[in-house]
Amino acid sequence: MWTFLQQLINGITLGSVYALIALGYTMVYGIIKLINFAHGDVYMVGAYIAFICVVYLHMGFLPALIISMVFCALLGVIIEKLAYKPLRNSSRISVLITAIGVSLLLENLMQIIMGADSRVFPKVVADNNYKLFNNHLLISNKQIYMIIITIILMILLNYVVKNTKMGKAMRAVAQDSDAARLMGINVDTTISFTFAIGSALAAAGGVLVGLYYVSINPLMGVLPGLKAFVAAVFGGIGIIPGAMLGGFSLGIVETLVSGYGSSMYKDAVAFAILILILLVKPTGLLGKNIKEKV
Amino acid sequence: MRKKWIINILIIIFIYTIITLLMHFGVIDDYVKLNIFLILINIMLAVSLNLINGITGQFSLGHAGFMAIGAYTTGVLTTNFTLPFYITMIIGGILAMLFGFIIGLPVLRLKGDYLAIATLGFGEIIRIIIQNIEYLGGASGINDIPQGLDWTSFYVITLITIIIIVNIIKSSYGRALIAIREDEVAAEAMGINTTFYKVLAFMIGAFFAGIAGSVYSGYFGYIQPDIFNFFKSIDILVIVVLGGLGSISGSIISAIVLTLISAYLQEFPQVRMVLYSVILILIMLFRPQGLLGTKEISLANLFLRKKLGGGNNA
Repeated sequence: MWTFLQQLINGITLGSVYALIALGYTMVYGIIKLINFAHGDVYMVGAYIAFICVVYLHMGFLPALIISMVFCALLGVIIEKLAYKPLRNSSRISVLITAIGVSLLLENLMQIIMGADSRVFPKVVADNNYKLFNNHLLISNKQIYMIIITIILMILLNYVVKNTKMGKAMRAVAQDSDAARLMGINVDTTISFTFAIGSALAAAGGVLVGLYYVSINPLMGVLPGLKAFVAAVFGGIGIIPGAMLGGFSLGIVETLVSGYGSSMYKDAVAFAILILILLVKPTGLLGKNIKEKV
Repeated sequence: MRKKWIINILIIIFIYTIITLLMHFGVIDDYVKLNIFLILINIMLAVSLNLINGITGQFSLGHAGFMAIGAYTTGVLTTNFTLPFYITMIIGGILAMLFGFIIGLPVLRLKGDYLAIATLGFGEIIRIIIQNIEYLGGASGINDIPQGLDWTSFYVITLITIIIIVNIIKSSYGRALIAIREDEVAAEAMGINTTFYKVLAFMIGAFFAGIAGSVYSGYFGYIQPDIFNFFKSIDILVIVVLGGLGSISGSIISAIVLTLISAYLQEFPQVRMVLYSVILILIMLFRPQGLLGTKEISLANLFLRKKLGGGNNA
């Protein structure tokens, strides 16, 4: 019982990171129907920027987090402008391959700049473990930070999407970009804005993972990136609450699999879940079924 | 038509003789030889993936998984059961094809990006499962596979792969596959059993990927699960896309060019990958259909045109 609850806490912590990355995936997919393969690498860049801020510029945790988010927002916009915008009207396969190219580029540039080895993420926050219920449950302050920061960012995102003009434009473009253009919405600006927000969230995820797992490396984005996509599909791609639900569920399932089964299979389980969901309900848990028109 | 046929055979024999002679007289050292073999394996992989991605238009990202199945079949059957290589190669191909069927039947209902992600997932699942089976050597793989493949058999296997796939494309099956690529709904309306053809193309592609994997382990003598990861699938995809989705000659040319480029840049692996990705992005930006698009070029046609041109002048 206590082990289960402990796993649940660990799962929610891991899930909050997946959720943060999945939000970016789902927003970008919702608006231009692109699996942004480079998204996981933006998350990696985020972790490295925070690393540089803390180690070389001696900043605290919060300033490093904010700088990393701003930097990655810019990076996301630049990637969109240079690599994806010229291909707006090309086939989906060529855009997907460009995204793979951008992903490889970010990974390998980072390997050249920072070296291919893992780096130790500095301890910006003192370790504190809280023992609950007579030592049955263990929760660290890092876990609390991760969950709280994730929830704050999600509330912010929800506010932006629901209550601001830009959020309204995002929803309109996601519905029908041509109609949105006719209504006087600047579609390009809206898409850039979506990339900026998504990338900033991914960066936050990267910083939190650096803080929690202590080690970062240039390829750290590959697997979480794929899994965050699984999470986005799980909840119904293009749907923001779906990405949160998917992220947390995937994190919990993964910790339970490593806790009770074998940690070797946890990655395989993520993909197996993805395939099952795609086969049973291709639009995801919260997705609506839309008939294809001929 | 007959003339073209003869010229093609002559060219094939010519290439074979030249390289055999060069090897015989030691002009080609072991390093160059290794790269020639890598080119041949990449050609097999690219041509078979092109049948799925380029000709049938079904975006698959799990080719390395099928390659792993073939490689491990040969690895296990030659080391633990001392079966001759060629039998294990066929078994490996058939096993990969069976997996292609099991995976393809449900997954090919998906379209575009979703299909790509699902096949990617399957490729990774195959790799992770192999990695966790103690009998298959776990993460360190199998090391003492008998190496018995020479240049001639390598060349012949690659040729057979190309010839079979080109003939499938030129047959009525191939036209059905192209129809599915162009417009699946219209193809279905014209009476093409799209599920059957899509699964068939997927199985044939998987079969030859399995053969390529088997040849890989038969030549190098060692295999590890990590060789067949997601990046390997992407490598093959890059070759196909660069040559042009739907162009078999394009796949062959880009397999040669890309393998040579990466061999040349071998000493700086990171710069290699940066260049690789930049080339990939630039080609997609300026030539999204790949170098050759869906066009085919054949050496025979070049020769014939030359002759015809000469005839006109005289």
